[in-house]
Amino acid sequence: MNSGNPVLSVEGLKKYFPIRRGILRRLVGNVKAVDDVSFAIGKGETLSLVGESGCGKTTTSRCILRAVQPTAGAIRFGTEDGRTVDVSGLSRTELRPLRRQMQMIFQDPYSSLNPRMTIADIIGEPLLVNGIGDLNARRRRVAELLDVVQLPLAYMNRFPHAFSGGQRQRIGIARALALNPALIVADEPVSALDVSVQAQIINLLLELQDRIGLSYLFVAHDLSVVKHVSHRVAVMYVGRIVELASTDALFNTPRHPYTEALLSAVPVPDPRKRAKRIVLAGEVADPSRVPSGCAFHPRCRYAVERCKVEVPTLQPVEGGGMVSCHRAKDLSLSGVAAPV
Amino acid sequence: MAEPILSVRNLQTYFRPDEGIVRAVDGASFDLYPGRTLGIVGESGCGKSVTARSILRIVDRPGKVEGGEIVLRRHDGRLVDIVGLDESGAEMRDIRGGEIGYVFQEPMSSLSAFYTIGNQVMEAIHLHKRVTEKEARDRAIELLHLVGIPRPEQRVDSYSFELSGGLRQRVMIALALAAEPRILIADEPTTALDVTTQAQILELIRKIQEERKLAVVLITHDMGVIAEMADAVSVMYLGKIVESGPVDEIFHAPKHPYTQALLRSIPSVLAEPRSRLATISGSIPHPYARPPGCTFNPRCGNFMPGKCDQAPPPATTLSADHEVRCFLYGEGVAT
Repeated sequence: MNSGNPVLSVEGLKKYFPIRRGILRRLVGNVKAVDDVSFAIGKGETLSLVGESGCGKTTTSRCILRAVQPTAGAIRFGTEDGRTVDVSGLSRTELRPLRRQMQMIFQDPYSSLNPRMTIADIIGEPLLVNGIGDLNARRRRVAELLDVVQLPLAYMNRFPHAFSGGQRQRIGIARALALNPALIVADEPVSALDVSVQAQIINLLLELQDRIGLSYLFVAHDLSVVKHVSHRVAVMYVGRIVELASTDALFNTPRHPYTEALLSAVPVPDPRKRAKRIVLAGEVADPSRVPSGCAFHPRCRYAVERCKVEVPTLQPVEGGGMVSCHRAKDLSLSGVAAPV
Repeated sequence: MAEPILSVRNLQTYFRPDEGIVRAVDGASFDLYPGRTLGIVGESGCGKSVTARSILRIVDRPGKVEGGEIVLRRHDGRLVDIVGLDESGAEMRDIRGGEIGYVFQEPMSSLSAFYTIGNQVMEAIHLHKRVTEKEARDRAIELLHLVGIPRPEQRVDSYSFELSGGLRQRVMIALALAAEPRILIADEPTTALDVTTQAQILELIRKIQEERKLAVVLITHDMGVIAEMADAVSVMYLGKIVESGPVDEIFHAPKHPYTQALLRSIPSVLAEPRSRLATISGSIPHPYARPPGCTFNPRCGNFMPGKCDQAPPPATTLSADHEVRCFLYGEGVAT
């Protein structure tokens, strides 16, 4: 992990959606969906982006895949041959060879598979589109991939409707793996699955990473799932990363009051641990009208005068993480209870 | 303990589409008590939502309550079997909303976009109480205040699409409480919400329950929410309650292999980072292809051939309120 060049490094990424009003469609403001986000992912590493809905985690992942055009910033991708390419400004054709190296797993295994295609066609499509191998070679590769995601070969000629949610998600993973990508962007890959199936898919993602050294950018709102898959976690609030730390450090010794509140809100599956929660008042701030100073200050129980006026920046903390809080040094926040 | 306010006995709700029969709820029994929360937990297709809809008699066609009884102790002390009522008759309409309030998962699709939230809350009040327009409006504002909506005097005139998901769910709770019911059924009330908003809503349900001594049925797939909220728990799998008991026993001394496996397989914030999860093999069978005998047998680690795949296991009473349906425990003790 973390050896050599990062697979992906994002610097100063911004995505603003303009708000236009009136007959002349004059620009009256911006929704700052992603506002100056930077991070890097090493080979074989999982970085998770977490936060409440509207925090910009999905927009960030979509910018990286160039499904939306970023407003500013660099998205550097380390290619197989050791070069580094900034994909943020590439044209569609220039982007094409790089697309093979970053693939996506979707949230909804029901709408993300074409119901008219057989499993073999769905998994083999990326190969076909990229002109890799002949029919026989493609079928061999599909068979291999089915084996990797632990689905029987006999399923090859069936259609998606015959499969359960968990099996469909395996099909989606096989398809994402078809081109041997270096990075997989997984946006809520298990949140639509039943608990008993969720565990199977989480384990599969972990196994694949150990086996082929995949890197994951994992976007999720469920902190329990995040704890099971991540090496490092970035917490986002209204378009910005407020804390980035190793999984252990983030859960046990959070440094940002928002992280503390998020952790405190997660229900723990043990009735003997009904804790007194930090219930955050109010709602996530509106990204078109970001509060002054630290965007979290209206909901923060530790906020002081300075938080209302001065925007904090991400600063390194001892132990390796980064936090964006004026009071990071003098606060001692609580994480989740120690494992039993 | 006090007398139950609602007793469900051997509830059977079946769907009979042209293709066959789906036993969505197949013999569920439980009791509700004032001031206490029953958690019904299970995965998709286990029948937890159909159970709730059966109690309210709003099961969609081609589904029908075909057997069992749902005995409600009405506010005047009368015992009424809801199963025997006409689902669109006066008494059922009086019970629905009046005695049993309900909150569903999707606050967006449950609220009208054409009427202000105030209109909708007032309508719910008018349905069950004889009050003037002015009184209903004051009462609506009071309810919106109770469920923690900021500036209720102004919000009463807003539309649902102007509100966030968390606020909409609060409006749903205000609607459910409009006619002062004694039972609240909440079906996945926080599933569509962020974790911080979920904490707010659960806190709100708990607070209102305490104030009004509500009997709450909390239906969810989330074991964390159950651990947080429930006094008693019923675990459902494919239409049957496979285990039921006090919350502490269900989490710390689960007996049914499904309950045990479910608890082992849930991700937890307390786990070691990047630790593998225990899994339940296979997936939930298709409703038309339910396995014979105990429906969990193809996925069960304790499967006993020739036994578990023959007849469904009877309920075994382990302690006063702990019951399990599994052949591992005392054969044929109860029905």
